[in-house]
Amino acid sequence: MEPIYLDNNATTRCDAAVVEAMLPFFTEHFGNASSIHAFGSEVGKALKKARSQVQALIGAEHDSEIIFTSCGTESDSTAILSALKAQPDRNTVITTNVEHPAILTLCEWLEKEGYIVHKLKVDKKGRIDLDEYKSLLHDRVAIVSVMWANNETGTIFPVEEMAALASAKGIMFHTDAVQAVGKIPIDLKNTKIDMLSLSGHKLHAPKGIGVLYLRRGCRFRPLLRGGHQERGRRAGTENSASIVGLGMACELAMNKMAIENTEVKRLRDKLERGILAQISHCFPTGDVSNRLPNTSNIAFEYIEGEAILLLLNKMGIAASSGSACTSGSLEPSHVMRAMGIPYTAAHGTIRFSLSVYNTEAEVDRVIEAVPPIVAQLRKLSPYWKDGAPVSNPEAAFAPTYA
Amino acid sequence: MWEYSDKVREHFFNPRNSGPLEEANGIGDVGSIQCGDALRLMLKVEPDTEVILDAHFQTFGCGSAIASSSALTEMVKGMTLDEALKVSNQDIADFLDGLPPEKMHCSVMGREALQAAIANYRGEEWSDDHEEGALICKCFAIDAVMIEDVVKANNLNTVEQVTFYTKAGGGCAACHEGIEEILAKVMAERAGPGEVSPPPACPATPEAPKPPSKKLSIVEKIAKIQEVLESVRPMLQRDHGDVELADVQGKKIYVHLKGACSGCMMEAATLGGIQQKMIEALGELVQVLPSSHMPLEA
Repeated sequence: MEPIYLDNNATTRCDAAVVEAMLPFFTEHFGNASSIHAFGSEVGKALKKARSQVQALIGAEHDSEIIFTSCGTESDSTAILSALKAQPDRNTVITTNVEHPAILTLCEWLEKEGYIVHKLKVDKKGRIDLDEYKSLLHDRVAIVSVMWANNETGTIFPVEEMAALASAKGIMFHTDAVQAVGKIPIDLKNTKIDMLSLSGHKLHAPKGIGVLYLRRGCRFRPLLRGGHQERGRRAGTENSASIVGLGMACELAMNKMAIENTEVKRLRDKLERGILAQISHCFPTGDVSNRLPNTSNIAFEYIEGEAILLLLNKMGIAASSGSACTSGSLEPSHVMRAMGIPYTAAHGTIRFSLSVYNTEAEVDRVIEAVPPIVAQLRKLSPYWKDGAPVSNPEAAFAPTYA
Repeated sequence: MWEYSDKVREHFFNPRNSGPLEEANGIGDVGSIQCGDALRLMLKVEPDTEVILDAHFQTFGCGSAIASSSALTEMVKGMTLDEALKVSNQDIADFLDGLPPEKMHCSVMGREALQAAIANYRGEEWSDDHEEGALICKCFAIDAVMIEDVVKANNLNTVEQVTFYTKAGGGCAACHEGIEEILAKVMAERAGPGEVSPPPACPATPEAPKPPSKKLSIVEKIAKIQEVLESVRPMLQRDHGDVELADVQGKKIYVHLKGACSGCMMEAATLGGIQQKMIEALGELVQVLPSSHMPLEA
């Protein structure tokens, strides 16, 4: 039985064409792009091409606005720390409470260092209140950092509008777009976004390569200082093979953008409808009318996510969960809590994230596999009896402590 | 996160004794849906002999919670209630060939459900001191609440002391920043407002001891050494280990580490902690070494 991979928001497989493009850069094109001889200049040309391929996918005005980094997290840290360092009179960061840990953990540390961090709240569907946002834009804000799309629910944030509002007040705007790039059209030259992070392995390029887009003219302080690579904005010898791979992946993503938003979306919708139609007491989370075309996050009430994943895994199906147990913490996902998803459901959320490589047959198999798994676990649950939740869970299950 | 033993997987995929037990006469409910773990243990107890004739469970929880519940029902069937009360969470974990550190609380929940069910059968009130915090030390599965309690109760000031009292931080050392934060918080509370000072970094060398008021005789010295060892033994015994004095040669104190302490990866930390206490008690710099380091007889 062929395994089915529905965890593409976690990471993706490298496209075969990407691997093929990379291979010569481990062997015959091993040179250092900084070298003057032919070994180096070959690589230099390849990097230039890759830079333009990335530029095309995100609609940057200049190819010099693309800075290659090691990952999305490095891009995020570089952006926020640069904004604080370059504007010492500004001590505030605005972000949301549903960001990826790459942002949230950094912000927690900044708070300990004495900076002020405002985390925007979200509503039940994971949407930001723009009025709250507007009220927070003042001249002590160094940077706003808001994700383009949420990794757990796929909910898309109005970053273009938010960037314009920040820009009008002279405030820098950064977006963590690792989930959005390659899945929805992005045209940075027609926005007021100053910085954007992307990560190669989310769009069928290898792990260990990322990009920070930095608008020309935006004040900047490097995170890594050293050689003159990336115009001195990110020192360190270029990861040439991965950069070439990322360039190829961006070109492929550009070509497949239409498929992502038609065929992948259709399969995602079929999967979601198929599951919701067969199972009671489950619901999709996030803003279902405004989300990435590949993501469906479904909360199954009265059962726990890790147990669901283990049983799915046995059937050869890979997905992920916002349950506490899959993260090793005792709390369910911060995104589910931020949206106020009740605990009866938050522990049982499962994220299915598709890619252009998934097929209709795979989706059919998953639609068939999920209902018996949910039924099996509900049969074990003390909150479930005779095919329905116990009428009063509080009274029916009376623990000595809670 | 898939590092479950084959036995955990087996009990998860094929749980034994699941579902309600109609003729149960002892029921223990622990956990809650908020915590992400909830377990109901149902026992059928023979009143004359107090033998557990049957045991069933219903569990809301992850793979290891379901496997721990299943294992527990298998373990206690046929036991008397008094025997069952001796089942520890470690016994449940051992039965399953071990649980990942993040999942040890699943076995704790099993033991608590068992105690609650027996109390319910006997018509007693059962309460526990169950409180869990964020997992700080992943090597030894120590959470923030445990560290904070121990720091408060023992007036601890350094990461090294925390390691000695709880084991937390004694493995890969990745959690030292987290432990320092807890220390800073507790020390700030202890100091009261306005007197906050950061905790000292994990010291590379012990602080120089104060000079002793008078030199100890060899008998007094041995007595003090024994006193220190006695004070740490209960802690080691709790972890199924023990220590006893082997010999004193000048400034070198040799000890036998026994039971689980012998060959434990924490041996160096255990000895380091004992050494710190010895230095404080004796007022002079001494070294505490395992008996295997004793020089061979000339």
